[in-house]
Amino acid sequence: MAELNPLLKVHNVETAYYGRLTVLRGVSLEVPDGRIVALLGSNGAGKTTLLRTIMGLISDQPEKGTVEFAGRRLNGMDPEDVAALGIGYVIEGRGIFPELSVHENLQLGTYRRRGAGVRADFDRVHGLFPILRERQGQLAGTLSGGEQQMLAIGRALLMRPRLLMLDEPSLGLAPMLVREIFRAIAGINRDGTAILLVEQNARMALSIAHTGYVLESGRLVLEGSAQDLAENPNVQELYLGVTREPSIKGWKRYKVRRRWA
Amino acid sequence: MVQDMALLVQYVVVGLAVGSLYALVALGIVLLYRTSRILNFAHGDLATFGTFIAFALLTAWRWPFAAASLGSLLTTAVVGAAFFFLVIRPAKESTLLGKIVITLGLALVLQGATVILWGTGTKILPFPLSDIKVYRLGQVVVSQISVGSFAVGLALMGALYVLVQHTRVGLAMRAVSQDTVAAQVLGIPVKQIFALTWGLASALGAAAGILLAPATLLDPYMMLDPFLKGFAAAVLGGIDSMPGAAVGGLLLGVLEALFGGYVSVKFKTTLAFLIIIAVLVVRPEGLLGREYKRRV
Ligand SMILES: Nc1ncnc2c1ncn2[C@@H]1O[C@H](COP(=O)(O)OP(=O)(O)OP(=O)(O)O)[C@@H](O)[C@H]1O
Ligand SMILES: [Mg+2]
Repeated sequence: MAELNPLLKVHNVETAYYGRLTVLRGVSLEVPDGRIVALLGSNGAGKTTLLRTIMGLISDQPEKGTVEFAGRRLNGMDPEDVAALGIGYVIEGRGIFPELSVHENLQLGTYRRRGAGVRADFDRVHGLFPILRERQGQLAGTLSGGEQQMLAIGRALLMRPRLLMLDEPSLGLAPMLVREIFRAIAGINRDGTAILLVEQNARMALSIAHTGYVLESGRLVLEGSAQDLAENPNVQELYLGVTREPSIKGWKRYKVRRRWA
Repeated sequence: MVQDMALLVQYVVVGLAVGSLYALVALGIVLLYRTSRILNFAHGDLATFGTFIAFALLTAWRWPFAAASLGSLLTTAVVGAAFFFLVIRPAKESTLLGKIVITLGLALVLQGATVILWGTGTKILPFPLSDIKVYRLGQVVVSQISVGSFAVGLALMGALYVLVQHTRVGLAMRAVSQDTVAAQVLGIPVKQIFALTWGLASALGAAAGILLAPATLLDPYMMLDPFLKGFAAAVLGGIDSMPGAAVGGLLLGVLEALFGGYVSVKFKTTLAFLIIIAVLVVRPEGLLGREYKRRV
């Protein structure tokens, strides 16, 4: 799965909060151009921390390792410059501006762009999520959770990113809405945008991803094609909720895997 | 009866004229607070400094009044923005309280600079409008200066409103004030937005200083009282609301004038603050503020 020139290349990254609370311990990961890569892991594994490290949101981090995007080193760059290079980031909890209208929120996605194609991209976003056109003038803070997620994704799309990083887009949404969001994500990818997808909903994530990684306590413990991961007994047991053997054995296997890490 | 009415109107008019200047001071404080949550205790001293710049341009350099005012506003804006880049930004890891204390340091530095450059003696800013020339409307009398400063104050507030509500950069300012990280990851250059906010807020202060100059004479401490009033007006209106700052300033000016007229000039400031305390007991978030509710 290692390609010659991946769009995003995270190499051996170690990140610590406040310079001492180490959360990521040597993470290496690649997102090839035009692909969907799923990043799975339980609560507190460090998924959000990895995305924030890539964006440059944690000051003076990563402590070690490198982040490269389209051949450029991102270490030490300001988040706004990382974004301007072509990385859209939909943050966990969406990060919409509650006291701005839906339309104003979307407009801000085009802040670093000039003229050409903005109209067409608005149409594309409105086509993807028609509710955003209906709610144009409404304050974003009064949207439902699902609508806010659509707004956050649509706004990131208006940046015309080459890579879109999504942090738990299914969080708190009803199953039907989750399917709709994932259909949209797959569609965005078909139009050529690479996607790094952080998810607890492993089943949905692996159903649209090409490849995936599993992060545990700041270390990557598994990587492979989406199909391999979906068939892996550890993943099935821990993330897909499949129970095929007595749980005591599962626990042993879990411990075995922890020892690999 | 008619005379009572005229007197009331007279007080209100005078109050509005002074209040529009309180509102300008308050707007500078609120603008910065909304974007960065910093209460700038150097706001008054930036304003004083800007007023002295106008004085220097008018007297030593013999610039025309409009050019000198513009020069003062720009210089003060640059000082404000430079302060952000040179001091506040490098201290970005410090707590909010730490940053507020840093603004106290700036206040002292600016005060010192003003004393060194212009001395402690009082000066008179040559002002193109007169407070002797008056307009009469029935029994109500308004000085030319009052009319002029009220008009300029309103115009500046209107310009600020248009900038914040109807321009691209204003939209970015509002976004940054609501969620800085979300703005950053959209590629919005938050450093520049913060610097712009510092510059704008400082220039508003300088404008208030120049407009107040005819009433107060120039000295290094001339903005102390107007700063406190502006600060109080900001709290009264709701520290995170720009319309609140405008309303708070005007209201404070009127209340002061009424109390000064009917009861006691000596205690008019005290009364104004008592009313503010009363309002805050009933509405802790201020008249038009929202912050308190949001935080609960
Ligand atoms: N700002 C912070 N300061 C200190 N520690 C933090 C901070 N943010 C996260 N952590 C810690 O880092 C670890 C990883 O957190 P992170 O948010 O990256 O996990 P996650 O994999 O995204 O979890 P979840 O699925 O619950 O969102 C956790 O132990 C968390 O407590
Ligand atoms: Mg997370």
